[in-house]
Amino acid sequence: MNTAGHGAAVRIEACGKTFADGTRALDPATLDIARGETLVLLGPSGCGKTTMLRIIAGLELPDAGGKVLFDGKDMTSVPIERRNVGMVFQSYALFPNMTVADNIAYGLKIRGVARGERAARVAELVALTNITGLENRRIDQLSGGQRQRVALARAVAIRPGILLLDEPLTALDAALRDRLRGELNRLLRALGITTIYVTHDQSEAMELGDRIVVMRKGAIAQIGTPREVYFAPKDRFVAEFIGAANIVEAPIENGILILPGGRLPIEGGATAANATVMIRPETIRVTDAGAAVLSGVVDSVSFIGNRQRLVVSGASSKLLNVDAPNTIQAKVGDRIGLSIAADAVRLLPSEP
Amino acid sequence: MSQKSFVWLCLLPLVLVTTAFFLLPMARLVVAGAEGPHGLTGYLAILTEGRYRATLINTVLLAAATTGVTLIVATIAGMFLQRHRFPGRAVLIAMLTFPLAFPGVVVGFMIILLAGRQGLIGDLSNRIFGEKFVFAYSIYGLFLGYLYFSIPRVILTIMAAVQKLDVGLEEAARSLGASPWAVQRDVVLPALAPAFVASGAIAFATAMGAFGTAFTLATNIDVLPMLIYTEFTLAANFATSAALSVGLGLITWLILALARTFSGSAVAAAG
Repeated sequence: MNTAGHGAAVRIEACGKTFADGTRALDPATLDIARGETLVLLGPSGCGKTTMLRIIAGLELPDAGGKVLFDGKDMTSVPIERRNVGMVFQSYALFPNMTVADNIAYGLKIRGVARGERAARVAELVALTNITGLENRRIDQLSGGQRQRVALARAVAIRPGILLLDEPLTALDAALRDRLRGELNRLLRALGITTIYVTHDQSEAMELGDRIVVMRKGAIAQIGTPREVYFAPKDRFVAEFIGAANIVEAPIENGILILPGGRLPIEGGATAANATVMIRPETIRVTDAGAAVLSGVVDSVSFIGNRQRLVVSGASSKLLNVDAPNTIQAKVGDRIGLSIAADAVRLLPSEP
Repeated sequence: MSQKSFVWLCLLPLVLVTTAFFLLPMARLVVAGAEGPHGLTGYLAILTEGRYRATLINTVLLAAATTGVTLIVATIAGMFLQRHRFPGRAVLIAMLTFPLAFPGVVVGFMIILLAGRQGLIGDLSNRIFGEKFVFAYSIYGLFLGYLYFSIPRVILTIMAAVQKLDVGLEEAARSLGASPWAVQRDVVLPALAPAFVASGAIAFATAMGAFGTAFTLATNIDVLPMLIYTEFTLAANFATSAALSVGLGLITWLILALARTFSGSAVAAAG
């Protein structure tokens, strides 16, 4: 985590949101964001992540009792125009009646910064975001990727205490999204500013976030570093939402998972009649069928390039996805052995 | 029958109607304007003759004032009506657009009922100040009447334009520190500019040519349509009234064209 960063520390306290028509968009949530940290709010659409961002921005008021604090100062009733936040919208919301340079300089102009200083800051940001030469273009003459950079430059120009990004890459096509993600990551690290990033894309969340807040149906499902939420998901929803996961339901006897295709030792000596466990496909190794504790029959093989995805039947009650190295020779119908490290099997709480 | 001749056949009714009801009368009007004792110079009378020129300036100023005030009132009202939901909103919108159904005479009559000699305002001021305020028959009464029938035309256009505004633009401006006033000035009004030009042009043209209201009220005022009417019916001065008519059309068209070119760059910049 970038502890030497700048910007403001953010705390939201018991912030819930119920809209006028009675829909509950966000259950009361409390969250601390350290100075200079990049926090990603991740979840499917309608999970409340955008509502939480808008509460922090000052575009929505939390329900009574909720509080938003910047560096310990209560900002709950301060409107967005006095919160000094930089915001990037999914639609970019660039001003169509201004040039690229005027868009970037707008926040400075509002703050009464002198013309010369404004121009210097614009030049600095244009270089930082790789859009040199576009300063005098109109917005409708820009490509999607260029618009995204202008939106970011405009938000950063005012030296905000907090940078808020609402699905900034969603409107772009896949190849461009991947490239800009890397660029955005470098930029955020270089700025070292407190950043809150909303996305529904788990790979974006993994790459950009110091910590990830996984949200579901208006509530926080889990908060943790990318590694924590990936390797130690709190529940089945988080396990399935982040990365690929095999969710296996089976009884456990004295630390041994009893599967149709064999008996698998796992960590902890618990006994349960019906346990739910998660096994990531890449933690399963393919071995010789004869010596293995667990075996199954290859149901299908998809060659992806850097690896291949085997679907194995008979090993567990449901089909098991296995990510195997691309060098392994396996055909449909082959009986293969599977070996899984004890600590790669993650026990999940049973769903109510 | 070939495809082409079929198309021409379909266009025939349009050609006939245009010729009969638009081109021929217009041509006749233009010719009539030059048939007076002064010939073609009759056309210049609208600019050179003092009384005509004063009337022309009067009319243009009145139409411009009507357009300006209508745009201000309709923009504020339209924005509020589009952005807020409250009980009675539909009724209010229906009431605001009601004047569309009234002919100018009725609007004039309503202005007399409001500010005429037996009007509501005169009655009220008589009781409070002991003096009757009567302005229905002056240019102020006419202005009020024009305002009354211009607002609905403009308000509907503005409401449609406000509905299409991207709320994100306003939120982005606010996040950059813009006060509500600055948001209006830098974001909302530029985005509405095309709607202002379109609806303002209609309001202006209507106010330039409105007759019914002027006829009902105008005892002390001269506006061009009234002037044309008096030259035509009372003085039987065909050539002058034809020349004035052509002049009214040309000047209105010219001002609208100028307004479009002038705002054209702003509209184009608004993308």
